[in-house]
Amino acid sequence: MCWGPQPLKSGSKSKEIKHRVNGLPAILGGRFTSRDNGTVAEKEQTMATTEATLPKLSNGLNGHIEEIAAVELTGAEIVCKALEAEGVDIVFGYPGGAVIPLYDALPRAGFHHVLTRFEQWAALAADGYARATGKVGVCMATSGPGATNLVTGLANAQLDSVPVVAITGQVVQPLIGKDAFQECDITGITLPVTKHNYLVTRIQDIAPTIKEAFYLAKSGRPGPVLVDIPKSLFVSRMIYKPGKLRDRRGYQPTTSPNMRQVKLAAEAMNKAEKPIFMAGHGILLSGAEESFAALVEKTGIPVAFTLLGQGSYPESQPLALGLMGMHGHREVNKALDEADLLVNIGARFDDRATGKVSGFAPNAKIVHVDIDPAEIGKNVETKVPVVGDAKEVLDLLVDLVDERRHDEWISWIESQRNFVLEAALEDRPETPEPYTIIKAIAEATRGKAIYATDVGQHQMWAAQHLGLDHPNNWLTSGGLGTMGYGLPAAVGAKIGCPDKEVWAICGDGGFQMSLNELATCVQEGIDVKIAVLNNGYLGMVRQWQDLFHGKNYSEVKINGPDFVKLAEAYGVTGIRVETDAELLPAIQRARETPGTVVVEFIIEPEANVWPIVPQGASNSEMLHQYEDK
Amino acid sequence: MKRQHTLIVMVEDHPGVLNRVVSLLRRRSFNIDSITVGHSEQTGVSRMTIVVRGTDADIEQAGKQLYKLMEVLKVVDLTDQPVIAHEMMIVKVAAKAQQRQEVLLIAQMFNARVLDASPNTIMIEATGPVEQIESLLQMLRAFGIRELARTGAIAMSKGSGIITSKGLTGADQYAGSAAAD
Ligand SMILES: Cc1ncc(C[n+]2csc(CCOP(=O)(O)OP(=O)(O)O)c2C)c(N)n1
Ligand SMILES: [Mg+2]
Repeated sequence: MCWGPQPLKSGSKSKEIKHRVNGLPAILGGRFTSRDNGTVAEKEQTMATTEATLPKLSNGLNGHIEEIAAVELTGAEIVCKALEAEGVDIVFGYPGGAVIPLYDALPRAGFHHVLTRFEQWAALAADGYARATGKVGVCMATSGPGATNLVTGLANAQLDSVPVVAITGQVVQPLIGKDAFQECDITGITLPVTKHNYLVTRIQDIAPTIKEAFYLAKSGRPGPVLVDIPKSLFVSRMIYKPGKLRDRRGYQPTTSPNMRQVKLAAEAMNKAEKPIFMAGHGILLSGAEESFAALVEKTGIPVAFTLLGQGSYPESQPLALGLMGMHGHREVNKALDEADLLVNIGARFDDRATGKVSGFAPNAKIVHVDIDPAEIGKNVETKVPVVGDAKEVLDLLVDLVDERRHDEWISWIESQRNFVLEAALEDRPETPEPYTIIKAIAEATRGKAIYATDVGQHQMWAAQHLGLDHPNNWLTSGGLGTMGYGLPAAVGAKIGCPDKEVWAICGDGGFQMSLNELATCVQEGIDVKIAVLNNGYLGMVRQWQDLFHGKNYSEVKINGPDFVKLAEAYGVTGIRVETDAELLPAIQRARETPGTVVVEFIIEPEANVWPIVPQGASNSEMLHQYEDK
Repeated sequence: MKRQHTLIVMVEDHPGVLNRVVSLLRRRSFNIDSITVGHSEQTGVSRMTIVVRGTDADIEQAGKQLYKLMEVLKVVDLTDQPVIAHEMMIVKVAAKAQQRQEVLLIAQMFNARVLDASPNTIMIEATGPVEQIESLLQMLRAFGIRELARTGAIAMSKGSGIITSKGLTGADQYAGSAAAD
């Protein structure tokens, strides 16, 4: 299993208790026996035995489940119990016809349901919850439009390897295939955007299928798994038996690497003169940050981060170079160009990271560590492939590598930094430069908050300037680039980690996609601080039109509401920042104000993200705001 | 270099497996020439023969992607092994009395069987290596093909080596017969 156990966030514990009765799973106390066919006397007896056996059962959920195993439950209740058995404490969802029986059972379930304002936000909140907590995120929706609204969220989790389980209702079995009201072939539709999916056809398959879905979602290379359940099964009954993992011969993820390959990788690292690490999301998914830090520090090899690899090693450390690729720092892309060895840990050589493949790290021998064998050689030819879980591989490597320093190489990389940027800041405009906003948020929160971004220019400014030092506090849609991600991901993170400060960093375009989640924040009583960088444009698209389409600004000017009034209409606080002087006080006020706060930052409408590698160009062909030195 | 590869894919016999396999190959733009599915010697396991075109690297990638499907138990590329790859075809050829003799002669050359005849047509069934089926078809085109049904290839490696859902086993015993081929 690559999804390493994560320490329980201090906050989630209190949350858990909140949804249990007297600190015990709500499923106890005969709550599920209410529909029992037996007599009242029998029912009371069941309750009595359950209560009586409490003391010796109180340290494990399994005990409880066995205790009431002999009771007949509905399919809907079985879904709840199967979710409880996986330790689920939160689900994000939206009800509808096919899941009404499931929702009928929810009030008695031992987890809390968060009603989002759109199913896509439920899927993305589950994604944000998973990234922030390290647990599997769960979302649910009704058949037809409810299910199709999940698709973008599932695709998002698929491309970023995030463990999410989606439960959808399906029309009653006799109507499947008849184009029934709200029927939709959701397993067909989600085939390419899930790790696996199921249409459950028998009530006895519900529990084992949910068990397997969780196992698949979090093991190996994590990903989303969808379980589609017909309404007719929710209302059927059977004696509940906890699901057991079935043997799946066709699913045997390789976690332990081939030792010969590990040795070859170590040898390459020992021999290299200009080595560089490419740190990917796999390090975080594997919980391998400490192992990676040990390897980096022993080998003295500097680290370039992919967008999702940020946080896998503290950016404030001298060996951390920063973001690579399309909006990577100048010196990082220069270093890739010059390197004689590139060691990729858990990244898939996405084109936003590599630029034109033939121009990627042209002088480097490539070592690629990945848990998914299909990633090896898919995009970039690899000299030394190592298939395995990042943590296992790194722990083996650290004993085989020489202790080294690469001072000369690193000072060369440093010399490639773009100093012009700092110098040019003397005569900047009235409105705060976008990146000063990011830096101010990072400083005020000391880098310790969870930062969820939307997609666009603000996302890249955040990636470049937050200075991410901690694992799992950087939530961003990397693979799919899903606008609207920021706020729902922040909601998911806040609900999963109630004791953490959570910031969403959004553009005015993306925020207008998912701002209805403000209502969810209020209903859940949670504090999310939302920074909206308002440039009045779909900025990233405008930037491409500016640079690559002769400034033909086609359909990128976007107006919006008065965000302060909008916030107030939702019952949260709104703050507008128009000048540099207001920047820090506004961030402070947002942090001190209880509840959700929207801070709108008016920024220069045509500010661009620099540097930028034009699509299809090599990383070495990046464009700069000011003359390259 | 792009060329034809013959893959044997052993899969769990679940509803929708064919859809998963085909959808995956389509999505990653692999070109399927033919695909056949049927039961294997093991209950619960189906055997697919997929003829797909691509470079060796493409096909390796296709194999690895197929392995990501839960139902896929084994993928074996038979391309560079001594194999029998046979296809069956049923074809209805236009043949009036004057042409009948000639068509029959061609059928005979290819060991094809006549299944049915009418005043204007002859129905022929042929089984054999894919290239042979192609040649036969080529010859028959001159008369006019009225209707054509082909199964696509099914393949099996020669010698005592066997492909099961656990992979190719006992292949070493095959040494030598390749020369005799
Ligand atoms: C759902 C979706 N639609 C369209 C896009 C294409 N897209 C990428 S960035 C962007 C502009 C985002 O504008 P805004 O949210 O204002 O952020 P900015 O770039 O201005 O910071 C668009 C339209 C996308 N990534 N996702
Ligand atoms: Mg904008």
